[in-house]
Amino acid sequence: MACTLSMEAQAEGVETRGVVKNRSSFNPYDNNGGTCVAIAGEDYCVIAADTRLSTGFSILTRDASKIVQLSEKSVLGTSGFQADMKTLQKMLNAKNQVYRHQHNKEMSCPAMAQLLSNTLYYKRFFPYYTFNLLGGLDNEGKGCVYTYDAVGSYERVGYSVQGTGQQLVVPVLDNQLKSASPLLYPPQSTATPLTESEAVDIVKDTMASAGERDIYTGDAVEVVIINRQGIRRETFPLKKD
Amino acid sequence: MFRNQYDTDVTTWSPAGRLHQIEYAMEAVKQGSASVGLRSDTHVVLATLKRAASELSSYQRKIFKIDDHLGIAISGLNADGRVLSRYMRSECINHSFVYESPMPVGRLVCQVADKSQVCTQRSWKRPYGVGLLVAGYDSTGPHLYQTCPSGNYFEYRAMAIGSRSQAAKTYLERKFDSFQSCTLKELIRHALLAVKESIQDGELTSKNCSVAVVGRAPGGGGKGGGEIDKFTILEDADIQPYIDMLDAEELPTAVQDEDDEEKKDAPAEPEQQHQTQDGEAAGGSGDGGQEEEGGGEAIPMET
Repeated sequence: MACTLSMEAQAEGVETRGVVKNRSSFNPYDNNGGTCVAIAGEDYCVIAADTRLSTGFSILTRDASKIVQLSEKSVLGTSGFQADMKTLQKMLNAKNQVYRHQHNKEMSCPAMAQLLSNTLYYKRFFPYYTFNLLGGLDNEGKGCVYTYDAVGSYERVGYSVQGTGQQLVVPVLDNQLKSASPLLYPPQSTATPLTESEAVDIVKDTMASAGERDIYTGDAVEVVIINRQGIRRETFPLKKD
Repeated sequence: MFRNQYDTDVTTWSPAGRLHQIEYAMEAVKQGSASVGLRSDTHVVLATLKRAASELSSYQRKIFKIDDHLGIAISGLNADGRVLSRYMRSECINHSFVYESPMPVGRLVCQVADKSQVCTQRSWKRPYGVGLLVAGYDSTGPHLYQTCPSGNYFEYRAMAIGSRSQAAKTYLERKFDSFQSCTLKELIRHALLAVKESIQDGELTSKNCSVAVVGRAPGGGGKGGGEIDKFTILEDADIQPYIDMLDAEELPTAVQDEDDEEKKDAPAEPEQQHQTQDGEAAGGSGDGGQEEEGGGEAIPMET
């Protein structure tokens, strides 16, 4: 069993001037682990996430999806606290429906990106404990990836990683994706010039590598590919240890 | 119905036990252009006649999608209809969020009726001047409801509201026994023929009518059957094949030779049905033959 179930209510005694007072506390957050990767290409976008859900040192399930399709051209991958993850996904779905009724069209990926940022900042003082990656095709059909922090600060990038395996995967992508440097001036798009199948291979390899060293990443990786033809999902096994 | 001293506000009863303001509100529904709804064992179809304020203006929108499984046709004050549709959409979205399942049709209709009733019992409000035909498909099957400004609601197998709706109702009363087992195409045809009865002058064209369908294509067996056909509105170019189908099918009954031609076409129909039954709401009896080459079978998914 795990040593610290951080969501349980705790009570501890505090001694002040010879008097012991019992102080209770409750941590509303938990980290359910996992890694999310997203890569934008010329006319495609790949988002992948492992399917392991953990708490403390235990595994809750080997079969939980972290990726959800929000609209025709946008897909959201989230890691962090699963309850907040699910609620955030439901909120965005509802807001997307309202948008479709009001504007009579699907939300574009940049529009969804802004909506997600606003939704996160709305809870600036009791945040969604989620680390998000939004992927899809922009209005010109080019791949785009938006990366977020827990309170909605976001940026469009060519590739990004969030979650417990972030530090393990990012250097590998920096090295392998052959994207333009983010330090260039004038700025160039950091989307990768690689083909879709090359990007998927890199994703599979990096998730497998993350699974080797990060205890919270493993079991299986779900890969979602968005391109002109549509959206498809594939699943590949990872080590279960 | 003429003016009397008890009809100034909705909170005054007449000595005859009537609330005249509510009845006047229902008059507003009768002044709106016709809406027709009918259902079979698998689908519900709405058909409406659109009105244009002038030759220069567009036709008023009569059908609103509320959710993937639910939609309405309105007759009466368009603005009131829009407001109610916004309320219904919001309720459906909230229900989906909390219960992660589509809102049951009857429950939503009841909520709309309750909301309408409130306006009949407040001195600072007025009743909604719009009647709705609510078409939806939920876990208990396809449903068609009518709501009134009074706050009453009824479930129907077929119904027509709006101006000259009696003519449409007469058609429906004549034919409704056959609706239960109708295919989707036949149901749309009945809906168009019913709404056609309510036209005073002019023809039924793709510009002045709109149709909506929702239901579940018949599949393996009973409830676990085929794909859900999401609420889809057919207008303009999409409705043209069905209007053409009306004309084509009416012709053969007049001429003897063309009757034989119809029979020769009949064996081809089942094949076409299978070809197009890939999750789209097609199928049903064949058309006159010529018209259906172009997108006559497929119903596009979005408004």
